[in-house]
Amino acid sequence: MRSRRAAIGGRLLVRLATSVMVLWGAVTVSFCALHLTPGSVEDALVGTTIVTPEVRAQIAVDYGLDRPLLVQYGAYLGRVVSGDLGYSYQRHESVVSAIGAGIGPSLQLAGAGMALALVVATVSALTTAGRARWIRGLASGAELVGTSVPMFWVGILLLTVFSFQLGWMPAVGGDGLTGLVLPAISMAIPVGALLSQVMREGLERVLQQPFALTARARGMSDGGVRLRHALRHALLPVITLAGWLFGMLLGAMVVTEKVFSRPGLGVLMLDAVHGKDLPVVMGVVLVSATVYVVVNTGLDLIYPVIDPRLREAT
Amino acid sequence: MAVSDGGGAGPGLPDNRPIIEVENLTVTFGAIRAVRGVSFTVRSGECVAIVGESGSGKSVTARTLFGLPGSGATVDATTLRINGRDALTLREKQWRAVRARLGYVLQDALVSLDPLRRVGAEIAEPLRLHGVLARDRVPARVIELLRAVGVPEPQARAAQFPHELSGGLRQRALIASAIACDPDLLVADEPTTALDVSVQAQILRLLAERRREGTALLLISHDLAVVATLADRVLVMKDGVFVEDGPVAQVLEAPSHPYTRALLAAIPGAQSKGKWLSLPTGSAQADPVPAPSTPGPGEVVIEARGLVKRYGTRIAVNDVSFQLRAGQTLGLVGESGSGKTTIGRLVLGLLTPDHGEALVDGVAWSRMSGRRRREVRRHIQVVHQDPLSSFDPRFDVRQILDEALLVGGVPRAQRRARAVELLEQVGLDETMLHRRPARLSGGQRQRLAIARALAPGPRVLVCDEPVSSLDVSVQAQVLDLLVRLQRETGLAYLFISHHLGVIYHMSDEVVVLNDGRVVESGEVGQVFTAPRAEYTRELLAAIPTIRVPAGAGIGGSHAEFPQEATS
Repeated sequence: MRSRRAAIGGRLLVRLATSVMVLWGAVTVSFCALHLTPGSVEDALVGTTIVTPEVRAQIAVDYGLDRPLLVQYGAYLGRVVSGDLGYSYQRHESVVSAIGAGIGPSLQLAGAGMALALVVATVSALTTAGRARWIRGLASGAELVGTSVPMFWVGILLLTVFSFQLGWMPAVGGDGLTGLVLPAISMAIPVGALLSQVMREGLERVLQQPFALTARARGMSDGGVRLRHALRHALLPVITLAGWLFGMLLGAMVVTEKVFSRPGLGVLMLDAVHGKDLPVVMGVVLVSATVYVVVNTGLDLIYPVIDPRLREAT
Repeated sequence: MAVSDGGGAGPGLPDNRPIIEVENLTVTFGAIRAVRGVSFTVRSGECVAIVGESGSGKSVTARTLFGLPGSGATVDATTLRINGRDALTLREKQWRAVRARLGYVLQDALVSLDPLRRVGAEIAEPLRLHGVLARDRVPARVIELLRAVGVPEPQARAAQFPHELSGGLRQRALIASAIACDPDLLVADEPTTALDVSVQAQILRLLAERRREGTALLLISHDLAVVATLADRVLVMKDGVFVEDGPVAQVLEAPSHPYTRALLAAIPGAQSKGKWLSLPTGSAQADPVPAPSTPGPGEVVIEARGLVKRYGTRIAVNDVSFQLRAGQTLGLVGESGSGKTTIGRLVLGLLTPDHGEALVDGVAWSRMSGRRRREVRRHIQVVHQDPLSSFDPRFDVRQILDEALLVGGVPRAQRRARAVELLEQVGLDETMLHRRPARLSGGQRQRLAIARALAPGPRVLVCDEPVSSLDVSVQAQVLDLLVRLQRETGLAYLFISHHLGVIYHMSDEVVVLNDGRVVESGEVGQVFTAPRAEYTRELLAAIPTIRVPAGAGIGGSHAEFPQEATS
């Protein structure tokens, strides 16, 4: 028992170390991007903003541009680790505070969208898996539509109906729960459709397994077999996909944010790219990478909880 | 313990209440008629066996008794009564109550118990579902059930997951879950097919015990020998109908249907040695069995000298030595985990031994250059248990053989003709060339695997459980094919199997393995009739045997090998 616990602890350490390596890689890449941008580092950092020579001199001091590259790299790493992501000369605020203002609404939106998508996918997969052909046809047709329609179009449609015509929901802004409903729905539709497809396929595979038959032969109801046995098996691939999609969503949110006039990382990133605001771009990249790594590390640790067979695997 | 009213008759209280009454049952899946008008009755305390091959409709019949014939099935019958209730009019909710009084045991507990749930939870499930016990008494009952089916340390086992148990313990746990509500009828569908002989014997004993307790048994199997030990009555099923129906002794000793006779003749073992297992069909019937191309055993082609192989701290193969001569068959027999397959890989030069040597034609693999090894590999080919996974699924039959012929150095221009020759040699034909292996039957696939192994012109075939996933009659055909090829070409076989009957039938010499060690070796008849080692005796005692009376309806079509006839 003790050796098994030690093995699990060891695996945890290895997994965390890998995550740290990934983040370190992301920091290094953004450092390289800074130095590989054509022109001087000062120009790259200030972007299109016109700054005084004093500011340029200050940048050279802050980034230690007169020192060897390796020393600069070390200093940069140190600053990132201590939470200093630099200063945006266009926004006249630190990158951390710019991101801080955007990340809350973004995480809310991505989280709410993903949670809604998971609920929709689970309900739809559980009710339609292994049913009559027309029910499954209907469901997969709906999923095809869901994955195919562009997110912004769904957003505009939702706004038109629920905000402008019915007036149930606010049309702009991200305050409170009501402002979150429509954007979350517009994100959840394509994601939920995709997850639902994967989950139904998984459920149908499980329902064919001998243990599902055994459970039914015990006198368990069809719904019971789906909930108590099949669902857990079908969750594994869905969780993998959901983790990956969550990372994608953080980046792909800009459209939804624009349509619903919400603040967030997507809009921040878009403005920064437009204005060649490199410190903000680098900061958003690092933060996105961190969120992605945290989510996926968490999921990796959940797998063995769901599937005991993975606990013994090296 | 009586769980509900009408619950099974206790020991010493024989009643002949019919539990299953089926008359004229038909189950169709669209245009496919899986079960075509069968009738039978199972009474309490009785054991009825349905014997048939895959696709005969036996499992569908069993599943229909649970109201679970499968999706898209149409069930029709004059009578279908379960525990006195008319099952034809039952709604889903009523079916669940019917199922509460039945138990279902499927083939492999690794996939019949939910792999994500603890064993105890699976056994508790029927108890909770049907509310037969107060919730707080369920855990104690689970332990009691595990103990009743002979699981040691039930407390610890209940907390484990199915994959953490051995095959035998898993199967016991599955039976425990099936008998949890003290059912009137236990349906066991191939309950021992995935198990080693000694474990199989234990499970059969356990089922016999349940029956003595008054539970009716419906056994479903492809193996007549397995059901013979337990059943009162045997129903032989073929293409959805019962071709034979009678008391077990009558069916085994005086089978009335040719199919039953073929099934009996197909059982490999002592009685079949030196005979064809499958009844020849068509023109083949007149074919005399060809004499061996090389009289007597030839030179040593494969030799193992003190082979040792470790995996971590576990010793998989421990000091194993043997010799295989041209034109001979050496059987390696042992239960799962005995090191058989590892020895096969060592001999093939795919694994390097930690000690000892595997020699081909007197030269050790370790002494060969890379080029020489590739050259030697042509002469020693392998046939696996599951041929499908050994084929590239995107290749068709022609490409599969083409690749093997390329290895054998056959020029491109001749390969097609040679491929057709090979197919004919294994009893397939040219029309198969453009099929994909997934569209072949199990027997055809194994024939193709043999054809592929023959393609580079080998002198030795390593057959690793080549018939273990096949039905008895298909197994008979494949074994016959191997015997015929050996007679024609003087091939040597290293024949690996856990099935003692198959080993006895095929081998000249045998090596009995246990935990990686050689327990006993020698001439097969000697080892099997007068075993010296205790372990061999135990193995032999565990085989379910049926007394097949000499020449029981098998007649003159059962040709003997000339060699055996003259010796």
